[in-house]
Amino acid sequence: MTQIELRGIEKFFGAVQVIHNLNLAIADNEFIVLLGQSGCGKTTTLRAVAGLETIDKGDILIDGKPVQHLKAADRDIAMVFQSFSLYPHMTVFENVAFPLRATRMSSGEVDKSVREVARVLRITDLLDKRPSALSGGDMQRVAIGRALVRRPKAMLMDEPIGALDAKLREEMRAEIKRLHVKQGSTTIYVTHDQIEAMSLADRIVIMHEGFIQQVGTPDEVYSHPANLFVAQFVGSPVMNIAEARVADQAGAASVTVGEAPAGFEFPHQLLSKLNGHSSGGLTLGIRPEGVLVRHDAAPGYMPVEASIIEPLGSFDIVDLKVGSTMLRARTKAGYVSGPGERVHVRIDPEQAHFFDTASGKSLGVRL
Amino acid sequence: MASVALTNLDPASRAAARGWSDLTIRNLFIIPTLVFLIVFNIFPLIYSLGYSFTNFAANRAEPWQFVGLQNYRELLSDDHIWSNFVITAKYVIVSVAGQMVVGFGLALLLNRSFPMKGLITTLLLLPMMMSAAVVGLFWQLLYSPSWGPINYVFGLGDFAWLSNPDSALYAVAITDIWMWSPFVMLLSLAGLSAVPQHLYEAAAIDRAGWWYTFTRITLPLVSPILLIALIFRTMEAFKTFDIAYTMTTQPTAELIAIRLYKQAFQQWDTGKSCALAYIVLIMVLAITNLYVKYLNKVKER
Repeated sequence: MTQIELRGIEKFFGAVQVIHNLNLAIADNEFIVLLGQSGCGKTTTLRAVAGLETIDKGDILIDGKPVQHLKAADRDIAMVFQSFSLYPHMTVFENVAFPLRATRMSSGEVDKSVREVARVLRITDLLDKRPSALSGGDMQRVAIGRALVRRPKAMLMDEPIGALDAKLREEMRAEIKRLHVKQGSTTIYVTHDQIEAMSLADRIVIMHEGFIQQVGTPDEVYSHPANLFVAQFVGSPVMNIAEARVADQAGAASVTVGEAPAGFEFPHQLLSKLNGHSSGGLTLGIRPEGVLVRHDAAPGYMPVEASIIEPLGSFDIVDLKVGSTMLRARTKAGYVSGPGERVHVRIDPEQAHFFDTASGKSLGVRL
Repeated sequence: MASVALTNLDPASRAAARGWSDLTIRNLFIIPTLVFLIVFNIFPLIYSLGYSFTNFAANRAEPWQFVGLQNYRELLSDDHIWSNFVITAKYVIVSVAGQMVVGFGLALLLNRSFPMKGLITTLLLLPMMMSAAVVGLFWQLLYSPSWGPINYVFGLGDFAWLSNPDSALYAVAITDIWMWSPFVMLLSLAGLSAVPQHLYEAAAIDRAGWWYTFTRITLPLVSPILLIALIFRTMEAFKTFDIAYTMTTQPTAELIAIRLYKQAFQQWDTGKSCALAYIVLIMVLAITNLYVKYLNKVKER
């Protein structure tokens, strides 16, 4: 039962402010992922919660009690580091036992707890080995074991699988998910990998340059990005972004991008929903799967030329020249045969997002 | 593999034009050093081993005789020599232990960032860079019973550090500690800064206190380099001559190296002195070997 609350956190490194007025409430048992590029302040935030970094302003509350003046050791939280940080001169057993021994637990109890955790993490065979003899995945299991063994109030993970290769990363991702479901503890997880964030998080906190951009479930941040940054950061392949003009055309809305001769057809209610934003400073965002492509002409479809095709196995990403801009569409593998082919394209109004160009904020318009 | 690499001489170079191979160039660099070492180190070493079985005296013209193991027999049954060894052992233990504690302690204090860290570290290293004879002379003045600053500062009246048979050896050891602690400090600092910061962070998260972190993380991780410092300092302390010789004439502070010097260059008993030198060499080798074995064990972990 642990709730963590961050209230008005500010942090400076010298004259540089790395965290700006950060507020976040984390519920018991919640798996929170801090997502952002390197240097966005996510790791600093995590280290501040851990007690490895001081904060210049604000409160960190664990179960309602302010802890910002407590040392890391007195906050009763465990942390898994990106570099694993296993003690190289100790066996796996001693590594996992370290936090228990540090608090003078009797050796019988230590033995019992370590073996229990080793069983859960399937590292029982490794207990006598030294970290240098382990593979990356096993090292990470041991590091997680060391964090789990003391049943901490909360688990903090700093890019725990960032140093592993792609295949192992996928495996460990599933394993961390399984553990969280099974053990259940309030977790803050830092990563720059949006796929990791989407697959693990109960809620994702997207950070950029020290500011929180959006907090929401994976579905919310994917389907309702709060601003252009989130829209482009979450989702792969990246969302198409284009300056757009909206016009009223014979009972329907027409959305023109890249000075194209014709616009895409949208339902008429777009005009009223945009509420004056239709003239200038409007940006259209559409994910590649919302750009619909077909070979033959059909009402509402615009003829365009394919320019680059990236085959990605199960699907292709096709760059389509629309006026002076490019729209990337996701098609079935091999659907567009090659560059230069003429195809017909439409934008699915239900998947379109509209942003204010100047502020980058979403206008919240959904059709 | 190595021999293949050795023949890779740039064909356009001047050396190649002169018909030199890579091997020739390598030899040009190495052979002078080898010759120097053989002439001035290895040859005297072997020659003195020969002398140690004779009654040769360097200051007399009369022919010397082969006496077999007599020199060794006499030395090993000489109580006087044994008392020199005991004095040396006391000196080594006190001075090396002192250097390790002071040096490592200083390194712990310096292993953080604070203003003027570089300057302070450099200043602390100065004693090590002085000539031992000069250090001995200065400390003799510092220890002076009537007007020396040490007695003045500690209020010891006219305590005669260097002419008191009980304290002379320890007075020399203190000087040695002052001079060589910086060496241990320097090695320890290298060892301490090689301990990754994230291990300390992990230990802090794991709720380890200061002492627990120190004994379970810091010490085990710097112990290999501490052992190296220990080996160097033991070897050096064992053969200490200059500091002790310049500071005191007390028989209770007569280290084995001083005994050896007197025997060789005051009594001119060259053959016997060579034998004694070999006994010292064997002892130093034995002690060093013990350390190295232990070091390898520590490193294996």
